[in-house]
Amino acid sequence: MMKPYRELRETIDQKDRGLREKVMSLKEAVGLIQDGDQIAAGGCHYSRTPMAVIWEMIRQKKKDLVYCRSITSTEGDLLLVAGATKHVITSWFSPGVTWGVSRVMRHYTEKKLAVFEEWSHMTLGLRFRAGAMGIPFLPARSMLGSDIFPRLSDIKEMSCPYTGDKLALIPALNPEVAILHTQRCDPYGNVQSEGLPFMDQDIALAANKVIVTTERIISNEQVRRSPDHTKIPFFCVDAVVEVPFGCLPHECYGEYEPDFQHMDFYVKLMMGKGPEGVKEYLDKFVFGPESWNDYLEMTGFKNILQAMVMGRRVYND
Amino acid sequence: MTNLNYNTAELVCIMSARFLEDGKIVFGGAGMPLISCILAQKMHAPRLTILFEGGVIGPQVEIGKMPPSTNEQRAARRANMLLSITDILLLQQRGYVDYGFLGGAQIDQYGNLNSSFIGDADNPKVRLPGTGGANDIASLASKILVAMHHEKKRFVAKVDFITTPGYLHGGDSREKAGLTVGGTYKVITHLGIFGFDEESRRMRLETLHPGATVEEVKERTGFELLIPKKIQYTKPPTEEELRLLRELDPDQRYTRPKEE
Repeated sequence: MMKPYRELRETIDQKDRGLREKVMSLKEAVGLIQDGDQIAAGGCHYSRTPMAVIWEMIRQKKKDLVYCRSITSTEGDLLLVAGATKHVITSWFSPGVTWGVSRVMRHYTEKKLAVFEEWSHMTLGLRFRAGAMGIPFLPARSMLGSDIFPRLSDIKEMSCPYTGDKLALIPALNPEVAILHTQRCDPYGNVQSEGLPFMDQDIALAANKVIVTTERIISNEQVRRSPDHTKIPFFCVDAVVEVPFGCLPHECYGEYEPDFQHMDFYVKLMMGKGPEGVKEYLDKFVFGPESWNDYLEMTGFKNILQAMVMGRRVYND
Repeated sequence: MTNLNYNTAELVCIMSARFLEDGKIVFGGAGMPLISCILAQKMHAPRLTILFEGGVIGPQVEIGKMPPSTNEQRAARRANMLLSITDILLLQQRGYVDYGFLGGAQIDQYGNLNSSFIGDADNPKVRLPGTGGANDIASLASKILVAMHHEKKRFVAKVDFITTPGYLHGGDSREKAGLTVGGTYKVITHLGIFGFDEESRRMRLETLHPGATVEEVKERTGFELLIPKKIQYTKPPTEEELRLLRELDPDQRYTRPKEE
């Protein structure tokens, strides 16, 4: 699975890394993804999920993707049922603690229709970090002795050449495409983020291509007034798409909390009917609407407003 | 003894909070562990710092608006710092974290936890959501607290799958595997407090909660526990502990009595 170092360098070498505009439509951006690609999604669980990109990936009938994410929530169900992926690399997979264990995740993994490759949260993070650092692995002191370790094909153990300590060697993960959502980004791809950073920076640096959706596009002049807020430099980024409410029904820090009503509605459907329920959901909410904005309209203005009011509370607290 | 009424989940929550010392740092999970941590802060440990796996250092979570996950905006409220997930988990590897606070579907006599598979991993009866950060926390934090409802199907001789290492196969097997620090410190259930023998690393009864009996504990445990000759009892929940706990979780979202 590990990509040769020279190949990783060459991919970057071939990119135009000059300051250039990369604004495009959601459709065009998702067109950069090929069937079979290893995709790493930013955010974590139901926070800052690049949902609009995932939604469009399903609409474009992408398949055989390897989906990598720190913690996978409802978007994982959608990708499995849509047939976009049969291989999920993650540390935890279900909508959220209060919503129970995903019936779809259970169906696909227990019936061996898909692989749930389980890594611990930190070591999955170290895989992206090693990828970002351009090294083949990073040593860690976790995963040792567990039953997770022997189930993984690409993890090794060694004695430290300095101390003799036993260490787990966590292999780099350089995804083909990183998909990230942020609050602000300029047309060149300078990504500014607020709130929880999750693994986004490492994922972006590790990936060969980076697709960024943003609540709003800001000018490069604005970026230059607060460069300390830029978390990912423009030359890593390949596509910038302005998608307001691009995480819904998940949350985006400082912008909106999850649309809990829609989440409850989805989970009830998914837990009640399993994959069939999710098929219904996809037909109605993914294949039904003409555009992402039409999808938002279907979920309901009042719901979105409520999520937004709750999300903005961080600025009045 | 007291006439206070409390349910089993409230009891576990209060008993767990008592182990969290002032001035220490605890990795808290969503739900009950978080409530316990906040209860400890309000009772006896105002300088207890809570960390969340989502990347949060020292949040002040809004009462009545508990985050359903520790990877979201509500969990980040009024924190001292927000870090990447990888970096916050690495703080433990450096040695900054005193307590990890975990639950699980199953625990065994050596304090190993399973949150991955019920049944054979290659042919599971149930695929559970997985480790999240639990494996890292149990490998790297100095002391692990485990809070669980005491049931025979959960307290098993050998977990179906070691997601989260305790003392592995007993004795010095944890150290030999390369996990040179930490380990399961206390297991807190609705019947009592349990620790681990320093040599064999087998689970032992330390104190019984008021009203619980050794017989009931044995009945609800799927392996042979070490039982002391003289049984000690835990101090029952106080009125103040219960009052504060119910303020924190007014709808009993996280402290509902466990169904069996």
